[in-house]
Amino acid sequence: MTEQTPVLRLENIVKTFPGVRALDGVSFTVLPGEVHALMGENGAGKSTLMNVLGGIYQPDEGQIIVSEQPAVMTSPLEAKARGIMFIHQELSLAEELSVAENVYLGELPKKRFGLVDWDTLYARTDAILERLKVGFDARTRVGDLSIANQQMVEIARALTVDAKAVIFDEPTASLTDAEKVVLFEVIADLQRDGVGIIYISHRMEEIFKITDRISVLRDGSYRGTLHTRDTDEEAVTQLMIGRKLDLSRSESTHELGDVALEVRGLSCGHLFEDVSFHVRRGEVLGFYGLVGAGRTEIAETLFGLRDPSAGTILLDGQEIRIHSPVDAIERGISLVPEDRKGQGLVLGMNCRDNMTLPQVSDLTAGPFVSDGAEVAIFDQYRDKLDIRTPGWRQLVGNLSGGNQQKIVIGKWLSMHPNVLIVDEPTRGIDVGSKSEIHNLIRELAAQGYAVIVISSEMPEVLRVSDRIVAMYSGRVMRTFTSDDVTEDNLIQAISGLGDGAAA
Amino acid sequence: MKPGTLSTFLKRGAIWGFIALELIFFTVAGEFLSVSDKAFMDVDNMLLLFKQSAPIGIIAMGMTIIMVNGNIDLSVGAIYAFCAVILLDSMTWPIFAGLGDAVIPVSWILALAVGTALGALNGLIVWKTGVDAFIVTLGSMLGYRGLVFMYNGEQPTSHLNWTLVDFAEQQFLGLHTATWFLLIVTAVIWFLMNRTVHGRNAYAIGDNRAAAVNAGIRVGPHMMVNFMIIGFLAALSAVVFYSESGSVNPNDGELYELWVITAVVLGGTKLTGGAGSIISTFGGVLAIQLLRKGLAHIGADTETVNLVIGLILIAVLFLDRQLNLKGKEELKV
Amino acid sequence: MSGLTKQNIGSFLARQGILVAFALFMIGFTLANGRFLDPDNVMGVVRSSAILGVMALGVTFVVISGNLDLSVGSMMSFSTIVVLDLHDKIGPTLAIPAMFALTLCLGALIGFLVGYLKLNSLIVTLGMLSAIHGLTLTWSGGKNMDIADKEATWFGIFGQGEIIGIPVPILIFALLASVLGLILAKTPFGRKVYAVGGNGTAATFSGIRRARVVFSCYLMSSFCVATAGLIQASRSMGSQNTVGQGLELEVLAAVILGGASLLGGSGTIFKTVIGVLILGFIQNGLLLVGLQFYVQYVVTWVIIILAVWLDIAAKRGKLWSPIA
Repeated sequence: MTEQTPVLRLENIVKTFPGVRALDGVSFTVLPGEVHALMGENGAGKSTLMNVLGGIYQPDEGQIIVSEQPAVMTSPLEAKARGIMFIHQELSLAEELSVAENVYLGELPKKRFGLVDWDTLYARTDAILERLKVGFDARTRVGDLSIANQQMVEIARALTVDAKAVIFDEPTASLTDAEKVVLFEVIADLQRDGVGIIYISHRMEEIFKITDRISVLRDGSYRGTLHTRDTDEEAVTQLMIGRKLDLSRSESTHELGDVALEVRGLSCGHLFEDVSFHVRRGEVLGFYGLVGAGRTEIAETLFGLRDPSAGTILLDGQEIRIHSPVDAIERGISLVPEDRKGQGLVLGMNCRDNMTLPQVSDLTAGPFVSDGAEVAIFDQYRDKLDIRTPGWRQLVGNLSGGNQQKIVIGKWLSMHPNVLIVDEPTRGIDVGSKSEIHNLIRELAAQGYAVIVISSEMPEVLRVSDRIVAMYSGRVMRTFTSDDVTEDNLIQAISGLGDGAAA
Repeated sequence: MKPGTLSTFLKRGAIWGFIALELIFFTVAGEFLSVSDKAFMDVDNMLLLFKQSAPIGIIAMGMTIIMVNGNIDLSVGAIYAFCAVILLDSMTWPIFAGLGDAVIPVSWILALAVGTALGALNGLIVWKTGVDAFIVTLGSMLGYRGLVFMYNGEQPTSHLNWTLVDFAEQQFLGLHTATWFLLIVTAVIWFLMNRTVHGRNAYAIGDNRAAAVNAGIRVGPHMMVNFMIIGFLAALSAVVFYSESGSVNPNDGELYELWVITAVVLGGTKLTGGAGSIISTFGGVLAIQLLRKGLAHIGADTETVNLVIGLILIAVLFLDRQLNLKGKEELKV
Repeated sequence: MSGLTKQNIGSFLARQGILVAFALFMIGFTLANGRFLDPDNVMGVVRSSAILGVMALGVTFVVISGNLDLSVGSMMSFSTIVVLDLHDKIGPTLAIPAMFALTLCLGALIGFLVGYLKLNSLIVTLGMLSAIHGLTLTWSGGKNMDIADKEATWFGIFGQGEIIGIPVPILIFALLASVLGLILAKTPFGRKVYAVGGNGTAATFSGIRRARVVFSCYLMSSFCVATAGLIQASRSMGSQNTVGQGLELEVLAAVILGGASLLGGSGTIFKTVIGVLILGFIQNGLLLVGLQFYVQYVVTWVIIILAVWLDIAAKRGKLWSPIA
């Protein structure tokens, strides 16, 4: 490779917050036409670094150099003016406005007197949309688009200026496989134009598919840059967590019990149709599929949050109807939901109160809540799940993601459920805590719980499950046992290509 | 036609359908119940309706901007009263004594400037302290009302200037001065919200504030400008009304905020911000005034108006929710 | 080390700012006018705050559950008018329970609309403010309501009576505050109110019947309003239709002054009582130093904004907001 002028260079960036050294001398370089992955566990400093780059934080030391010109980023606008564009993980679109207004948000073309120059606006936007080969035009209301198309609007923003570097922050989180292909084409296009790309993702398969180099952060400091060609997942992981990660499957060593939960022909409108499966005590049943395949909706139906349009649910052989979470909880069905902060926890409440919330009506002494009984439950599950918190008075909002998830799991274990449903158990949790939670799920099964795990991560679902239900577009394609599952046939099944389609 | 267009159209048009319904109902019911012989749809009656809509209507235009922007302003009634006091009292100030009738524009400008300043103060506090606009304006609703009382105690402030009264009672092309003000304000604010960068940014901020911030839109100044606009409009409303009436009680304008918000919500502006239309707000204002006049026309007591408007407001909210339901599959949260 | 101490003082001030402000006010007014802390004066202030206070107790529940109640003022007018009217028609023994039943029906209606139909509480209670006002006017025919023979009834006891030297309104306020305070802080229901207000979705996912909790909060609020209406009617033995007009916002001001967040999930009965007393003492203190009642409005404005500002400044660790 010939020597090129880097489009972006970070030199020795240091950023401290009261009591924390969030970034400790981070340097790295992005070359034109390169896809550079930035990896690290949660809390490693990726987002702080991006916020420094985007002008949201000012670095205490070090400098940012754009095309060999030292730059002081004072605001996201400043970054944009210098050709540094961000595509954020969370969609930041105004749904009621048109695509064009969203693409040029903050810099609508003006005529005299502050009037919007609509003709220019629509023409420019349509030109960009043309490049992205999307099936909607500049006047469409963003709220009417699918999530994937909204993501494309977000990407269109990066093309409004002559970008020198584009930062993609977990761009594939909500995309289907077909949409990922389009995204990767766009990235390849940008590459050809000599734009430098920073690609932040936790998904190893993507990283190895599209990136040229990988830089790793750990605990706020720079751990090195690898050439993607010359490395492998294990080496990257080791760099990220500082040790080897045990990704091996845990074989079930215990006997399976009776069927705890059986579902026959369950449907809920178009969300999912004709779904049948069963789970035994002592067994972990995995649900694998793409986002939108209907897995979470099945869990919500079992938990009484949706009304099924057809089908039966049998608990211990008895047909039951579940109309509300209260019904589900009474019958011993528990759900650790997908969105920990939105659905799992009351962030402004302390650890103990969150954990005892479902049973607070039963923990009474006279008319009042019994403090002692509550603390006893908290202590028991804090020890059992190894929850690290200074004490039960700590607000859960102040805990790390892994400990928060354990509070939610503890909340349901303390109810002694028959069936425990865990939806995306390790989303947004760092690699170290991930394996702890995986082990925990295996242990729970060994103790005789019937566990259902829903996950979008293949290594996870392979690691924890005894059997795996593969779903595609609201239907069960195939149920795998641990003997016949391979990565290949699992991927085929969830892409709708499976040979043993149930329908 | 794209899916959803029909329901959007229905929702946008709902307020006009409601107005038509009101007109039919009161015309028919008036035949049987009316205490007067005049028909409800009488031209003079309708012209009067527009004129009487003006004080609430002018402020409602400002409230639409504020609510589209994602805020709320509870202090408009107090600003209205304070500006009325300034308007009437300043005409008697000794320093303006030599001006003759030229004092009128001076007093107008003074009142409008005071209204804008009070709005700016609200906006500045919302911007700089980060306290929710509901609380800030709840506070200033009390505070500004206190200022009104401190100005002249519990006495009414009166000053009749006949030139002014003549002007206010003029009819141009058949419409009263107040009606003209309402129409012009509606047109100007519509233009502001739909054609200017400031207006489009107001929508963007109300719709997704984080996105607007990331795109470099300066949220604080935008909010402040919008509070200044509603302050100005509250003052303008006072100018229009008190030019004619010539006397203001310290309690005037109380509960205006409730009427104004009712009109804006009837017009379909989203409570969470980001969506709302000036034209529909205009419809909402007319609908309320029609209801008041209509009920009076069929001989209902004034108290019934309160009852009916309250219930209609709740019914509209309920209908809106029913229209937005996604069917039985929906998550029960 | 000194920086740390300074920070500690800052965060203490921010957290307990409302108590500190209260103390400063009391000291200031006492210095300005010796009669301020006179037991008779203090008793008078608490007594005149009782009506506002009783209403604020109920609204505290509603606000913590994440909703608003703007209808309490107009509902209080309704209770007052109804009980006065029924007093002469069916006698106080029946009039009081009848009035409570009617007021609770209104509360149940609002609770149904907000809790079970999930309508926006600001607009629902705004609509109810107007609707209940209309109802009151219809009931009274727009006329003032008076008890015909004020001497012949024991009805005055709730507003004018004294037990062991303490005015009955104060006793009612104290009793309700204690009971509701215990319910909120110590019972499973109270915990659920905080959970629903803190994160309604998570509460539902934890098997809490959110609609029922919200419904109960509005029911409690209307019970408090009925009690306030009873005190008001009993004290004056006669009333206008608009006796409660504007009280909804003063009540809300007291609750916010006590530190409850409008977003729900925080606040306590004790702090609300402090908020109510602050408003009462400011009003009284200003009157004692010779200022008109309306000066109180301006002072309240400044205090509300300062209180909320300090509260959120402490949470974000910065005085000025980060809004660009």
